Amino acid sequence: MSTRLFKVWRGDKSGGQLVDYKVDVQEGMVVLDAIHQIQREQAHDLACRWNCKAAKCGSCSAEVNGKPALMCKTRLDDFAEDHSITVQPMKAFPIIRDLVTDVSWNYTVNKKIPPFTPKPDTTWLMQQRDVDRSQEFRKCIECFLCQNVCHVLREHDLEDNFFGPRFLVRVASLEMHPLDSLDRTALLKNEGGIGLCNITKCCTEVCPEEIHITDNAIIPMKERVVDKYYDPIRIALRVLTGGGK
Amino acid sequence: MSDSTAVLDRKGLGATSRHDTWWLSPLLIFLGLVAFGIYSTWAAWQGKFYLDTVHGADYLSPFYSPDVRSLLGINVPFSYAFLILWIPLGFRATCYYYRKSYYRAFFLSPVACAVGEPAGRKYKGESAFPFILQNIHRYFWYLATIVVAFLWYDAIRAFFFAGKNGHLHFGVGVGTLIMLFNVIALTGFSFGCNSLRHLVGGKLDCFSCSATARTRYKLWGGVTILNLRHMEWAWVSLFSVGFTDLYIRLCAMGIWHDVRIIH
Ligand code: SF4
Ligand code: SF4
Ligand code: FES
Ligand code: FES
Repeated sequence: MSTRLFKVWRGDKSGGQLVDYKVDVQEGMVVLDAIHQIQREQAHDLACRWNCKAAKCGSCSAEVNGKPALMCKTRLDDFAEDHSITVQPMKAFPIIRDLVTDVSWNYTVNKKIPPFTPKPDTTWLMQQRDVDRSQEFRKCIECFLCQNVCHVLREHDLEDNFFGPRFLVRVASLEMHPLDSLDRTALLKNEGGIGLCNITKCCTEVCPEEIHITDNAIIPMKERVVDKYYDPIRIALRVLTGGGK
Repeated sequence: MSDSTAVLDRKGLGATSRHDTWWLSPLLIFLGLVAFGIYSTWAAWQGKFYLDTVHGADYLSPFYSPDVRSLLGINVPFSYAFLILWIPLGFRATCYYYRKSYYRAFFLSPVACAVGEPAGRKYKGESAFPFILQNIHRYFWYLATIVVAFLWYDAIRAFFFAGKNGHLHFGVGVGTLIMLFNVIALTGFSFGCNSLRHLVGGKLDCFSCSATARTRYKLWGGVTILNLRHMEWAWVSLFSVGFTDLYIRLCAMGIWHDVRIIH
């Protein structure tokens, strides 16, 4: 057993600061364990959101030593022993209290996406290879770490013009679905603001489910937008042959 | 407890709570791209020593291939490399991987994840001029593939050496192997392209709905394998193309002598 120094952000929307806590740590502990120990022994009013402690509910998102991460998936032995560990709330979302942020904006964005719409008289038969791509995206646990790290939202505050990586992933899962009948390319280009993404891949770097957000969802969706709006030969052919998807 | 949210609100270049060496990777990328930019501009500027014919070899520098002057029957008052190089330059500049690297290392947008950007810039990403032009990447792929086809010809040609009587015979020199490695690296890079991945099959919603779709699924799978290591292919091929030019240049200048493995 050894003692480690934690610096935890405490406060609410009117202000706050990092507060030091010394925690006795044991082998195998994760950051969430330490936060719970602080709650138990030193600061009963420390607010944090969590649920599963198994990296599956997406509740315990925070920033550990400045990196967006799930507290329950970040082991203490990832950091040098003599190094303090800073825990802060997600920066891109409004603070509620301590480590808890208000992520409700995400649910508003979600509502803008037309849901799965099968063709009438669909035969409910699919090959595995046809749903592999969508299934990768279904691993999403809605931790919103990707939304938090995305500089379009975090730095440039373009919430009104951009869905963010999590919802580009959701659109991709619907667009690539073999039985879905809608075309959401216009939504991606306009309201979704896919052009604002400059594919710098921070979303992919932080995703705890290791979804290849940029390569498998955003870039393929950008290419579909190119087909429809930017490829001159394709546009000319469409005009000549009378349109279509 | 203080009444400021300072720790959370910090913005501006370099503002971060990260404790690691987040600046190292963009710095290395910056140095790598600048070094390549300087060397390739210099080499293209030279307009000479791009063809090594010492001891019957026929090694043509990738910066000068294809020889558009003889292909098109034209002559230009400057190094003809500039007639070619806009293609690989445009191809790499619009490549999704290179975009990521130079947006980070040159435009600091963002320089690293969860690190602040220069303040006061109006961000449009790739939704407005100039970066909206990145959307033509697939057209650069078409052009770059033609160039790669010529480089395959050059690499195969490098297996044949002129004898004393002028007849060509099979042989292998270190230069041959370098040219072969280079064209393999360039092929691995361009055939792992994200736009190609979309065009060959990624655009389909159903991979098993027709015989064509099933074939395209296989092609998509092949491109995907290369695409998974697109970054590595990008750097290896960038290095190899520069090194191939340098090797041929040194041989043509007589500074270095090509070693023949098979005569
Ligand atoms: S790749 Fe695009 S969506 Fe992902 S973090 Fe970067 S800008 Fe945001
Ligand atoms: S895509 Fe990954 S990072 Fe984004 S919300 Fe889903 S699980 Fe979290
Ligand atoms: S507590 Fe559920 S993901 Fe961390
Ligand atoms: S994405 Fe890199 S070459 Fe096309």
